[in-house]
Amino acid sequence: MYNAKIILPVLLVFLGLLTYPLWSQKASAPPVLATPLKGEHCIESKDWMRANHMQLLEQWRHSVVRDQNRDHVATDGQHYNKSLSNTCLDCHQKEQFCDSCHTYASVHPYCWECHFDPKEVNHVH
Amino acid sequence: MRILLPFVTTLVLGAAAYFFAQAGAQWFLGVLLPYLAFVVFVVGFSAKILSWAKVPVPFRIQTTCGQAKSLDWIKANELESPHTKLGVVVRMALEVLVFRSLFRNTWTTLKRDEKNGPRLVHESDKSLWLFGLLFHWSFLLIFVRHYRFFLEPVPFFVPILERFDGLFQITLPTFYLTDLLILLGITALFLRRLVDPKVKAISLPADFFPLFLIGAIACTGIAMRYVHKVDITKVKAHIQGLMAFNPGATDLEIGAIFYAHLALVSVLAMYFPFSKLMHMGGVFFSPTRNQTNDSREVRHLNPWNPKMKIRTYAEYEDEFRTKMKSAGLPLDQE
Repeated sequence: MYNAKIILPVLLVFLGLLTYPLWSQKASAPPVLATPLKGEHCIESKDWMRANHMQLLEQWRHSVVRDQNRDHVATDGQHYNKSLSNTCLDCHQKEQFCDSCHTYASVHPYCWECHFDPKEVNHVH
Repeated sequence: MRILLPFVTTLVLGAAAYFFAQAGAQWFLGVLLPYLAFVVFVVGFSAKILSWAKVPVPFRIQTTCGQAKSLDWIKANELESPHTKLGVVVRMALEVLVFRSLFRNTWTTLKRDEKNGPRLVHESDKSLWLFGLLFHWSFLLIFVRHYRFFLEPVPFFVPILERFDGLFQITLPTFYLTDLLILLGITALFLRRLVDPKVKAISLPADFFPLFLIGAIACTGIAMRYVHKVDITKVKAHIQGLMAFNPGATDLEIGAIFYAHLALVSVLAMYFPFSKLMHMGGVFFSPTRNQTNDSREVRHLNPWNPKMKIRTYAEYEDEFRTKMKSAGLPLDQE
């Protein structure tokens, strides 16, 4: 073998980096979502919400900001107020619910640049 | 046929994975195949590198694109024809990171002008460099972005990358620039092999297959993100299970498109060590890129030259000096 002094260390570093996720970490469990504080069911089914909640929120934002339409009619005919802070976060908790999946999958929604969870605010007057 | 065969192969692979996943072959597609592909990749890649390392390159292959170091008053081109190790490292780094040699790419064509008739001209063609760069960098950034699945907690560089990649903050989930650029790059690299008849003539199935395969991987990935969504926490839990050598403890009921994506990636990894894609490691073995051009300074001896007993003229003269002198022959040393 020629130039083994250069080739072997570089190859080993490459293989080390490539296999890094295999030997560097302990087994981790997927996040367990906190049960909502109240409410019996979400506005749509759990599976639908898992896949499409971000698009629903974007539609809400659009219709509230552009069309002043705050009335959402769910597929079961119930009416809801189109509001992240007042409707969603009335039952769900941001940190134990939204953030746990988002952090796990490295999703960084920009909802929280404007919105907050009303439950997490300290009322100091 | 040279185009159709790899195209159909890619389609069949993707479709087969999709339908087998729906038919319940998740264990094979999601556990066995990725492990097998990883082993084949690591062993195949290493074997290839070691086999190349065994090939001797005793002499310097002087590149003619730049003046080598010579006399002091001749200006040397340290980037194209470096005579120091540092210069070689810089030349190699520029080659790997910005594809410097592709910048010299030419396009040969017949120009017709009315006065002089047809002329064969070699004009500069930067499109291969541009689209090659777009494709490779997008691929790298997409690969690094996928570390959000491989590592828990997610490493610091992934959110930074995602932020710049999704700078426009349009669509939901946030649209990534690299998703568009990799498709743009790969489409251009494919069209390049069709547009020019000369390039088309030398293109083989082995040239088209990687393009189709990577294109299909990009398409399934993009479809999975924007259209046919899958549960991303299940995906990560499954990948984490694979990484911890504890697969199957998690829910394998992820959308079939995920398994199609994963199977295509596995095929790519298994195909990699036996294909032109090995230029990833091979570029570092390019003699015109990795050698110091110091033939004027250092004498390079062929290491396997047979050991011969050499007799110089001086030794010959020493032996026959008196006889040569008496015969009146001229001598170097009296």
